[in-house]
Amino acid sequence: MNEKELRALVERMVAELAGQAPTPQVKGSDYHPMEPEGASPGCLEDIAEVDLRQQYLVENPRNGAAFLDLKRKTPARLGVGRAGARYKTATMLRMRADHAAAQDSVFSHVDEGFIDRNGYVFSQTLCADKDEYLTRPDRGRRFDDQNQRIIQNTFGQRPRVALVVGDGLSSAAIEANAEDCMAAIQAGLKSYGIEPGKVLFVKYCRVGASDHIGELTGAEVVCMLVGERPGLVTAESMSAYLTYQPHLGIPESKRTVVSNIHRQGTTAVEAGAHIAELVKTMLEKKASGIDLKG
Amino acid sequence: MEELYSVGIDIGTSTTQLVIARLVLENRAAPFAVPRVAIAEREIQYRSGIHFTPLLSDTVIDAEGVRAIVAEEYQTSGFAKEQIGTGAVIITGETARKENAREVLRALSAFAGDFVVATAGPSLESILAARGAGADEYSKERHCQVLHFDIGGGTSNLALYDSGTLVSTGCLDVGGRLIKVDPAGRVTYVSPKLRQGAAGPVPRVGETVTPADLAPVIDTMVAALEQAAGLRPGTDRLDAFTTAGTHWLPAAAPVVSFSGGVADCIGAPQGDWRTYGDVGVLLGRAIRDSAAFRSAELHQGRETIRATVVGAGSHATDLSGSTIFYRDIPFPLQNLPILKLTEAEERGDAGTMAGAIRDKLRWFADESGLTQTALALRGEKNPGYARIQEVAEGLCRGLAPLRAAGFFPVVAVESDMAKALGQALAARLPGPLLCLDGVGVDNGDYIDIGAPLAGGAVLPIVIKTLVFNGP
Repeated sequence: MNEKELRALVERMVAELAGQAPTPQVKGSDYHPMEPEGASPGCLEDIAEVDLRQQYLVENPRNGAAFLDLKRKTPARLGVGRAGARYKTATMLRMRADHAAAQDSVFSHVDEGFIDRNGYVFSQTLCADKDEYLTRPDRGRRFDDQNQRIIQNTFGQRPRVALVVGDGLSSAAIEANAEDCMAAIQAGLKSYGIEPGKVLFVKYCRVGASDHIGELTGAEVVCMLVGERPGLVTAESMSAYLTYQPHLGIPESKRTVVSNIHRQGTTAVEAGAHIAELVKTMLEKKASGIDLKG
Repeated sequence: MEELYSVGIDIGTSTTQLVIARLVLENRAAPFAVPRVAIAEREIQYRSGIHFTPLLSDTVIDAEGVRAIVAEEYQTSGFAKEQIGTGAVIITGETARKENAREVLRALSAFAGDFVVATAGPSLESILAARGAGADEYSKERHCQVLHFDIGGGTSNLALYDSGTLVSTGCLDVGGRLIKVDPAGRVTYVSPKLRQGAAGPVPRVGETVTPADLAPVIDTMVAALEQAAGLRPGTDRLDAFTTAGTHWLPAAAPVVSFSGGVADCIGAPQGDWRTYGDVGVLLGRAIRDSAAFRSAELHQGRETIRATVVGAGSHATDLSGSTIFYRDIPFPLQNLPILKLTEAEERGDAGTMAGAIRDKLRWFADESGLTQTALALRGEKNPGYARIQEVAEGLCRGLAPLRAAGFFPVVAVESDMAKALGQALAARLPGPLLCLDGVGVDNGDYIDIGAPLAGGAVLPIVIKTLVFNGP
């Protein structure tokens, strides 16, 4: 007796016992998934567009308005409710979407069109690809001979300030913020009577590349905008690292950092205006990092 | 961390008081972010005695008398005038007359020095009293609506807060000193406002009265307060007592709080009703006994009779945003009227903005020409740099008449963009220029701006929202 015959036998017995015909098997062609009610066909809502600070998912809260008021102050995933012992689908999907965006921003490249459109001068560190960039931080801080010449030609010798944009760990951050921020820095510097000069773009860039640039040009201040390591809050956060007279081997404590430059943090233009003033202060006080305090 | 001493001087209908507060400035931003300086702590260091306001007549203040009180209190406090960095002098209630205010401020100028001076309209007074009494904080912490009454001698100031945010302010002619009595219970003064406001018999000057005689008139005043709090149907009493030029709609808040001299009589109503030579004690008792008020949650303010002066000393001064731009400004700037564009005008291109600014500047031009004005904008949340340039161009062209008349641009933006905008303007315009943000103001407001603090990062500001009695 093969499997088919056995199945038929069992079905017959069940039918006799229950006094009814067996349920027919569903064929693929007959299968119609249920249409979710009220959903418009075609496009799904983009869950990444939801502002988490305004999303509160707990059902029947005692005081939802008060919780929302608190939520406005933090991007943390609070008040997400639950389905049994788990997150709700919306929360789980959003977490995965944000994680994917973070990974994408590390592994993608700043668009060449973006670099050309802004008139940045292209250069590249010793890294040949993203894998080398991620596994060899030391090679992200140095340039080969050809790129050294590009840097020297871009800034000349002993500029007061060298403006640099580096991809760092988030290309998305650079594409979202660098243009407006750099424009504000340049305008700000001009308003303080400081010639901003050309802007260098560095591919596969680590913050320490500032030191090699300082060494090569003797720049008084190197100001670098660089993509921050992305997190789940935003993949578009950019930092500015400013160093007075950087050179190979300079301690990290000599750097001044302006972090969290993004849409929900410090906006690109205000950060740019602030950075321009910082450059001016550094040139006046001839210091950066902890030396600048007090 | 930087400290700043702030003085508050409140010259009211019945009392004159002074406090000195210590304000602690703190950078609240993360170590590597753009600074964000805020007032982290407010601590009252000195409270003066409560003096009766020296008056030349029922409504004219004896400026020299006030000066003597302030001089004496400074001496007692042990603080030198030079230590005081900011503060507010406010003249409130029935005494807030324009010509009178000027004279008093002149008399106090030796003490006022560089700090900010404000003549309060009832709206500012309401806000200061509510903040001095802590009603705003209570509302914020409990996430609820709180209606605050500051019941003084001549007026009651109302402020409604929702989760810490001011919703509305109002003013009623209800107070403890609308009727004054001597120790024998003989009426020595009846405010003319009572005859307008109260239905029923009002005692006459010279009559000897008992609490029972005064009950009807006290009850009408309490009824006005109850209607203001939405605890009693109708608005007849409320309308009758609403201070001329102000407006109040009944607001039913779950929590009602009190301050002002009369609030002390709500909490501790013992003793002779004639103690203060007025009907404040009776008014306090009547509020305590009001069935309507008992149906709400009553909250005793942190301060009672000193609420307004504490508010003036510790809450009148705010700070601007921490990314600002200024160049060659002769601080302090006082009483700058606000010119605010509409949202549509603000969203327009440079030409639209410039046209709108020029049109509106004419509103401020009296016979003597233009005055130093502050231009207010809402600003944009995350503007691109091109937009900053566009706005700067619009402002530059729109404010040209102001500059031609010898004044300089002062731009107050609500959202965080003043530094970028200031630098963009600086490249276009020579001379003095001020651009600050974190400032929400409206047409009809005035702003005072003090000298920079916290290493030049922020400016102390006082926003004066005046419903009437301009400075």
